[in-house]
Amino acid sequence: MKRLAVVDVNLCVGCQGCLFACARRFGDAGLSRSAIHVKSAGGIERGFIVTVCRACLDPPCAKVCPTGALKPRAGGGVILIPQKCIGCGNCKSACTINAIFWDEDINKPAICTHCGYCVDFCPYGVLKLEEREGGGGIAT
Amino acid sequence: MINEDPLRNVLYIDLSKRSFWIENRRDLFEQYIGGTGVAIKLLQKECRPNANPLGPDNPIVFAVGPLTGVFPLASKTVALFKSPLTGNLGESHAGGRSATAIRMAGYGAIVIKGTSETPVYLVINGDKVLFKDASALWGLKSSFTVGRIIREQEDGAGLRTIMRIGGAGEKMVSYACVITETYRHFGRLGLGAVFGSKKLKAVSVSGRRSIKVETPKTYRELYKEVFDRTVESPSMKKYHDLGTAVNISPLNELKALPTENLKRSHFEEAGRISGEAIAEKYLGRRVACSHCPVSCIHLATYREPYASEPYFYKTTMVGYDYELIYSFGTMLKISSPEGLLKTLDEVEKYGLDVMSTGVALAWATEAQERHLIPNDANNGAKIQLKWGDYNTYIKAIEYLTDQPNDFYKALARGVSYASSKYGGSEFALSFGGNEMPGYHTGPAAHIGHLIGSRHSHLDGAGYSVDQQNLKDPSKSTPENIAKALIDEEKWRQILSSLTICFFARGIYDTDTVLKTLSVLGYKLTKDDLTRIGGEILREKYQFKTREGFNPRNITIPKRILETPSPHGIISEDTIRKGIESATNILEKL
Ligand code: SF4
Ligand code: SF4
Repeated sequence: MKRLAVVDVNLCVGCQGCLFACARRFGDAGLSRSAIHVKSAGGIERGFIVTVCRACLDPPCAKVCPTGALKPRAGGGVILIPQKCIGCGNCKSACTINAIFWDEDINKPAICTHCGYCVDFCPYGVLKLEEREGGGGIAT
Repeated sequence: MINEDPLRNVLYIDLSKRSFWIENRRDLFEQYIGGTGVAIKLLQKECRPNANPLGPDNPIVFAVGPLTGVFPLASKTVALFKSPLTGNLGESHAGGRSATAIRMAGYGAIVIKGTSETPVYLVINGDKVLFKDASALWGLKSSFTVGRIIREQEDGAGLRTIMRIGGAGEKMVSYACVITETYRHFGRLGLGAVFGSKKLKAVSVSGRRSIKVETPKTYRELYKEVFDRTVESPSMKKYHDLGTAVNISPLNELKALPTENLKRSHFEEAGRISGEAIAEKYLGRRVACSHCPVSCIHLATYREPYASEPYFYKTTMVGYDYELIYSFGTMLKISSPEGLLKTLDEVEKYGLDVMSTGVALAWATEAQERHLIPNDANNGAKIQLKWGDYNTYIKAIEYLTDQPNDFYKALARGVSYASSKYGGSEFALSFGGNEMPGYHTGPAAHIGHLIGSRHSHLDGAGYSVDQQNLKDPSKSTPENIAKALIDEEKWRQILSSLTICFFARGIYDTDTVLKTLSVLGYKLTKDDLTRIGGEILREKYQFKTREGFNPRNITIPKRILETPSPHGIISEDTIRKGIESATNILEKL
């Protein structure tokens, strides 16, 4: 299974093409559904911080979901089952690297599915879809 | 447009009453698209005729367009206001994250009215609007510090814009700018002074909405097409690699690069401060505006030792562009790249428009050379400006902000005003009250600066008409020039209503504009675009005329008729005839 990874954050120019790309997966424009974030590292002159889901093998977000709406995904990370999600936001608080974002439109988390759609819209090769070392798997 | 598109929302903020409300202006966005088109209608309504630009009756209008946040490169915010520099239409565009932030917060336009009694900064986060006390920030001369403080105080990192002023805006220097994301500006025509007059230190906007499109599949495909064309285009490469500074060398070779207050149009030492030279030794990082793959913003790094301590350095990142190198490098003959970067950093710190500041200091240097400025210590020039002497210019930049005497008070109102007081209007490079941009390419550039609605090179792109005409100089007639300028200007009204960055004008041809707009439910034709472009231009000139603009009476700075351009010496007759032809076309819009 593949996962999204940041190749070299120093190449990032902060264009946010990846953010808008991620939201387009669902057909909408804008940002609400975006599961990736880019912000300056304390001022643009210092470069950027690109936050993407690391596809944890033992995802802390899934452990705190009271309804089991986050299903660990083969290869790491989680898959959201929207019907089960009650919008409590526990997952967002539990993510160690703040890689769960909030979709205000539907009041549910926006979570990376490691589809790689954003990769094609990063003009500077910051992102790539990589095969997980050791093949990954679902932690038990 | 699509029913639920939040673009129709116009956020009104009244600083006097500390109140805000939202109006649904779908009508305006359908008729005039967005950006410039919508903003001019809002300005006409909100700005009382003959309003004092620095009084409560002068509103600030920010507007974005339908494509913002939807397609790449619709990345600009248009600001319209009455300019304290020209006393007429003020229009300034900036990128950074300003445009996407306004659109993602759920607005097509923001109108800021009134004046606050005490210093304030605004935080707009989606539908929340907060008036925050800025007393502790007032008096901070450095725009960098203001940015740092608000960054720490407010949420929305990565999604927000922080538009702010430095000391120059507070002191209402007529050409103070508003800075956004540290390296982008509402540079021209004094928006910073209007902020200052309202006691408005900063405006932060953020949001994270989604925007519905008509057909998601078409949208995704069309997006990819526009994106691919952009990243493969030669202009993307040009603006990404060296940025606008790439034009220094060719314009210098062409003898079209204003030097030493346009006593000349060629600078022997331009090679030291060309785009290539700075990139090779100082380029530290390239950054982009939000939703723009080009990333044309070039930041130079320079290291400066502290005098007090050995082996202790300050490393600074300084943005540079063609116009910055022109206005401080060639106009003031600062050929030391480090001196130039250091000076530009000062201009940025206080928040002055770099073009007007450079031209003002160039005029002041020549006026001092000619002994027009009294030399008494208290009320005279205070310091002797000298071409290339950047340390003295750095002092002068501080004086422009602080205005310690009558001379600097006058200079802070622009070269037109200063020369009316001290003489020297023949070499005051003012066009309709705005200081000259960096193009002495021929008659078209100057006719454009004189008749343009912003009196800037961005109106009608006369510099490019001149360069085209060099291939066949017989085409360079006043009538042809006037027509070319206004045709281009009509189309540019469409681009700036869509708030598309002008660097992407090659990507967004008529066909692409129509296709992208149709995704958002705009059913327009090519003829509609031509008509709307003309109408927006007409509305702008209506405002200009209302506020007293008459192109037939405009002053032509003598200096431009004395220094040879690539088209040779430009005759006053050509310019007058060009203005006349252009005025005739404008009157029939
Ligand atoms: S991999 Fe897919 S889901 Fe994850 S950030 Fe990129 S586009 Fe979004
Ligand atoms: S698309 Fe690439 S360069 Fe642009 S913000 Fe995302 S990671 Fe950075």
